[in-house]
Amino acid sequence: MFSTRRAVLALPAPIAAASVLGACSGESDPNALTIVTFASPWTEGLKDLVEDYEAAEGVRVRIETYGNEQLNATYRTRLNARSTDFDLMVFQTQDVLRDYSRNLWLADLTERVESDAAWDWEDFQAQARDAVSLDGRVFGVPVMTERHIMYYRSDLLDAAGLDVPQTFTELREAVAALHDPANGVHGIALRGARVPLVTQFSSFLYGFGGDFQDGDGNAAVDTPEAIEAYRFYGDLLHDFGPPGATNMGWVEASAIFAQGGAAFYLDADSQAYTFLDETASAVVDTVAYARFPAGPAGSHPYNIVPAAVGVNAFSEKQDQAWAFLKWATGAENCIRLLAEETAPSARQSSWDDPAAAAAYPAGLVEIIRDVDGDYVGHDRPRLEQVARAREYVGGPAVTAIEGGDVEAAAKDANEDFQTLLDDES
Amino acid sequence: MTYRRTFTDRVDANLKWILTAPAVAFVALLIAFPIGYTLFLSVTDSRGAVTRPYEFIGFGNYAHWLADTERFWPAVGRTAYFTGLALLLELVLGLAIALLLRRTFRGQGLVRVFILLPLVATPVAVGMMWLLVFEPSIGFANTALEALGLPAQGWLADKDTALNTLVFIDVWQWTPMVVLILLAGLGTLPEEPDEAARVDGANAWQRFRHITLPLLAPVITAAAMLRVIDAFKTFDIIYATKGRGGGSNYEAETLNILAYGEAFEYSQYGRASALLMLFFVLIVVVLAALAILRKKGDRS
Repeated sequence: MFSTRRAVLALPAPIAAASVLGACSGESDPNALTIVTFASPWTEGLKDLVEDYEAAEGVRVRIETYGNEQLNATYRTRLNARSTDFDLMVFQTQDVLRDYSRNLWLADLTERVESDAAWDWEDFQAQARDAVSLDGRVFGVPVMTERHIMYYRSDLLDAAGLDVPQTFTELREAVAALHDPANGVHGIALRGARVPLVTQFSSFLYGFGGDFQDGDGNAAVDTPEAIEAYRFYGDLLHDFGPPGATNMGWVEASAIFAQGGAAFYLDADSQAYTFLDETASAVVDTVAYARFPAGPAGSHPYNIVPAAVGVNAFSEKQDQAWAFLKWATGAENCIRLLAEETAPSARQSSWDDPAAAAAYPAGLVEIIRDVDGDYVGHDRPRLEQVARAREYVGGPAVTAIEGGDVEAAAKDANEDFQTLLDDES
Repeated sequence: MTYRRTFTDRVDANLKWILTAPAVAFVALLIAFPIGYTLFLSVTDSRGAVTRPYEFIGFGNYAHWLADTERFWPAVGRTAYFTGLALLLELVLGLAIALLLRRTFRGQGLVRVFILLPLVATPVAVGMMWLLVFEPSIGFANTALEALGLPAQGWLADKDTALNTLVFIDVWQWTPMVVLILLAGLGTLPEEPDEAARVDGANAWQRFRHITLPLLAPVITAAAMLRVIDAFKTFDIIYATKGRGGGSNYEAETLNILAYGEAFEYSQYGRASALLMLFFVLIVVVLAALAILRKKGDRS
């Protein structure tokens, strides 16, 4: 009797274990979509859109939001396991498009975007369309755009009787004139940490006539133009930047500008709202915007797509996912998100809508509307292993900021970068 | 009836296996499989996605790391330095604080709670907090130094001081745990030897050196073991304060940070796996050394 009871007690154990493991697989609701995204103005707007979509179509849309850094780690973990539990994915175009499309993680949307004339794929700005295309195939719909601009303190420039710099030379002169660390104002704040700085160094590089790669796609960060650009960028921070610059990404550098600790700050226009937020900014009334200045080769700031939405290639609900995406990125909703959440739309029609554009600071809208302004569609090296390449090409800038031998650092960086490119081809 | 008998007999005979089976399966799935899979990946050139085709390259990835004097060996050095220094400081400070708190005094409970506060803070939040404190131009640390007439420091932002600053943060956060363990240990020590020594005229230092310390040695070793494992795999405070690669000059890149970058930033799964296997071996070696030391200590 005793042993029977023990047998009865023992039997449920493996069954319980099996049912616990079985429960992990989960069931998916055919009328629900999941979108994975990162915190951004567009994501904020998405929350409102989703409610309307649910009411109209009866399809539930669940939003999973991650931090910038966690987003890619999430995709790598889940897509390596061929996860079907999300359908739409917001991805950081420049960093991962090549990688993800070659991993076959992103569904090919070429036919879908071109199939509906009323939805109008051509309305998306040309650089934005290029940014989500690879070898003639489209892998996402751009939902935000971003340009390199110059933020400055109008009060300081006025007090010193300085004009807004139009060229690199004028920028350096103005930065030098306003540099007053004893009174807590540095001439300039820029990203100085090895990897984050690469994108903000890019427009300087283009302004000097260089690029990360030459026409054939080979490494070109040791050209005379590149070395000059590294020196210029490094010297600005070395001579007139805040201490500890090599530890600064955009969060740290923009915080210094927002606290009134720098006269100039050159970075993405998407941060404009950081400086207009009265709870976090001391420069709400004094911040002004200008076009990125011109170097010896002209003014060529980047104009990129920081976020695009793709369809998870493993999703079992790709048609429904596309239907939602098409609706959410239609002209009407893009105007709505620009007006309500100041999400910088990739559609030209959004910016042509005076009411929607009025939500943006006037000085900024003028810069954004000028789409023909010699923009460059990339702000970092173009290859699959972007992360490693950024470490290489960011190195000489760090050397320059620290006052080291830039030429030698550029030669080394170029060699490493070329090895990486060769390895990939 | 015969069948029933045989069945229950079998269950009875194998009861220990049946009852432990779920736990064993659980452990196998959650521990053995990842280690086995990592080992498998470490001999392939897998990258991009593990679903992409890959080739077996034998010990190529291991050779790559062992020959890498730019990132791997400095990272090994930093990991050892960080762990060693943090452990030493935490044990010395922890022991000192535990000895102070051992005596009963007014407000004892309050002081103990206060000291334990860092322990309950989330490491990433701790990292962000110290990042603000050590911010070179507006941070509290430099403001305080300047008020005292001392030169401002680069702290986390300076490649020469970043690692030491991180050791400081680790010490700040984890010394309380050492205190906690040692206080518990001190509470169990017999009082007679101490009293006897006191009667024989031993001073405070002599009593500490020849009585408290030897009696407390096993507890100290246990605390050291726990801290070594934790310090070795420190990731959060370093990543939160220095970001990927441990800074612009890789100044705070430990093995864990290097492995994370290799896997989640470079997507080099083969190489990252080989690195983790090397890291695993290193931890086993260190723990084995500690265990041997402990045995020797027990025997003497």
